[in-house]
Amino acid sequence: MSQLLDILSSVGMWEAVLRIATPLIFGTLGVLLCERVGVLNLGIEGIMTFGAMVGWVTVYSGGDLWTGMLAAAVGGAAFGLLHALLTVPLGLSQHVTGLGITLFASSFAYYTFRLAVPVATSPPTVDPFRPWPVPVLSDIPFVGPVLFNQTPPTYLALALVALLAWGLYRTPLGLALRMTGENPHAVEAQGIDPVWLRICTIMAGSALMGLGGAFLTLAAFNSFFPTMVQGRGWICVALVVFASWKPGRALLGALLFAFFDAFQLRLQTVVEGVPYQLFLMLPYLLSILALILMARRARVPQALMQPYRRGER
Amino acid sequence: MRFERREHPPTALVLLAPVGAILAALLLSGGLIALAGANMFEAYGLILKGAFGSRLGVSETLTRTVPLILTGLAAAVAFRARLWNIGAEGQFYVGALAVAAFGTVPGIAGLPPVLAVLMCLLAGALAGMVLLLGPLGLRLKFGVDEVVTSLLLNFVALLFVSMMIEGAMKDPLAFGWPQSIPAPDSALLPKLMARTRLHAGLLIAVVMAVAVWWIQARTVFGMRSRAAGLNPRAAGFAGVPLGRTLITVACLSGGLAGLAGAVEVLGVKGYVTTDLSPGYGYSGIIIAMLANLNPLGVIAAALFSAVMFVGADSMSRALSIPSYIADVTVALSLLTMLVAIFLTQYRIRR
Repeated sequence: MSQLLDILSSVGMWEAVLRIATPLIFGTLGVLLCERVGVLNLGIEGIMTFGAMVGWVTVYSGGDLWTGMLAAAVGGAAFGLLHALLTVPLGLSQHVTGLGITLFASSFAYYTFRLAVPVATSPPTVDPFRPWPVPVLSDIPFVGPVLFNQTPPTYLALALVALLAWGLYRTPLGLALRMTGENPHAVEAQGIDPVWLRICTIMAGSALMGLGGAFLTLAAFNSFFPTMVQGRGWICVALVVFASWKPGRALLGALLFAFFDAFQLRLQTVVEGVPYQLFLMLPYLLSILALILMARRARVPQALMQPYRRGER
Repeated sequence: MRFERREHPPTALVLLAPVGAILAALLLSGGLIALAGANMFEAYGLILKGAFGSRLGVSETLTRTVPLILTGLAAAVAFRARLWNIGAEGQFYVGALAVAAFGTVPGIAGLPPVLAVLMCLLAGALAGMVLLLGPLGLRLKFGVDEVVTSLLLNFVALLFVSMMIEGAMKDPLAFGWPQSIPAPDSALLPKLMARTRLHAGLLIAVVMAVAVWWIQARTVFGMRSRAAGLNPRAAGFAGVPLGRTLITVACLSGGLAGLAGAVEVLGVKGYVTTDLSPGYGYSGIIIAMLANLNPLGVIAAALFSAVMFVGADSMSRALSIPSYIADVTVALSLLTMLVAIFLTQYRIRR
């Protein structure tokens, strides 16, 4: 019992929560944007893998860390464009296209990685993002080191939550975006082209997914290895449902999730005699639980997965 | 420019679509091969040679085709009814594990081989079914999209397998390697070619493809599952019992994926490890799409993927190109196939 309290009251635990949440925040916001305009993006797992690879390779071959992040965003947007072209003007099955993008993007990432880096016994590393303590604020006891001693991409992720929450609900563009996911015909009647809006939004959302992947290789770890995304993308898809398509709740969901993840890691060292795999299963089982809890209550964007064709109803 | 739906896609176009799609994919990854500083034609020549150029190559290619046909069928039957079973990888593993577990049941080892094989295969299929019925139940009862749930269960299933083969089902004679207790000897599948790994699972896979084709083309259930996929609302209105149809589809789909795992254990390794499948479940999705969800087409599409995977290994050694190019080509062909199918269904008008 006292060991549990020790875990819960340790700065390291709560610091880790924010760190683990960061890629999930990026990814969840990315999926959220795509679904808000009515397009499911199951390419996320592959796009994150590609972002992780491209960000890392950029830094490995001499770029600085922010150039790496930028490259990951651009790479993500490129796959977003591919997904958008197939699902929006062509109206292909969003499920199948997304899975296709995932399989293509991840195998493409492994291929490119192997081209860029010859086989070595120990994976090469880069110098990752260091924690950047916010002056003054990081001196606050407990809260300071937890919230204000993170790496810069974590601050960026938090800022994006605020930006999206404001943008979606307080700006004309946000309104048009949300309407596109509810009723693209009404958007068209307003003189806005829903097809373009969908394509651009999917690209932006996919860029965020790429950033989430790059966080893994440039801040959480310092090397790239295949299967490192480990289903985080799928978890983001579940988190969007949990968040009822709202950015603020997406942050909450990602934090809750990261809390359990950080907690199970530490619990493994305390609880003996339980196979470690059971702990590792928790994130996936929790995602499923989150889906069950929220499935009925969540209000899905009405046009989600409905291809929009001009003049067709 | 806009797209106009064709009333009747021309047969020639429908037949040419997969060929065109694969050619386009080969051309695109040819660019990536060039990027690595090699010649595309030389690379594809080496892939074909690696896959078919020797007795060993042929047997390896066919051995690889077996699980791919079964997971391809698993995806094809589900997708046709618009049940998005993305969990074939997990179902494959629990099917494999069930076979090893079944071996510990007293009396199995003494059974005549035919009976032992049948019972083991059944155990694998049942395990796969159960794993898919969970996500389907959640969809029918709570409206939870089965894509994410069946996918997440892949990770859970693999961790479960890892837990079992390091714990309760660990082989004490494996020198500490994490591998399961072996499947019963009497249930191992006979070899089709001497001194190779090719086993009778190939016959099982082909028979299953024909059986699934027959079920879909000739039975009421086949008609219903198709109707449920085309337009669930209309199908429900026309009296198709949607829930029951989907449950049967899930049993078939999960069962096939579980069977793939069981066949792989009984045919190739004889025991379970966590690297039993190099993503057969995910490749099954591509294969189903390449086959345009046609069960007989699945055989051809599985063969194509197996050729790529087996051939790429030897090509990769010869030209020092990462063998991931096989995965890239196969995944790309899924995307080009989607476009090809689209072009058979729509014509472009200005």
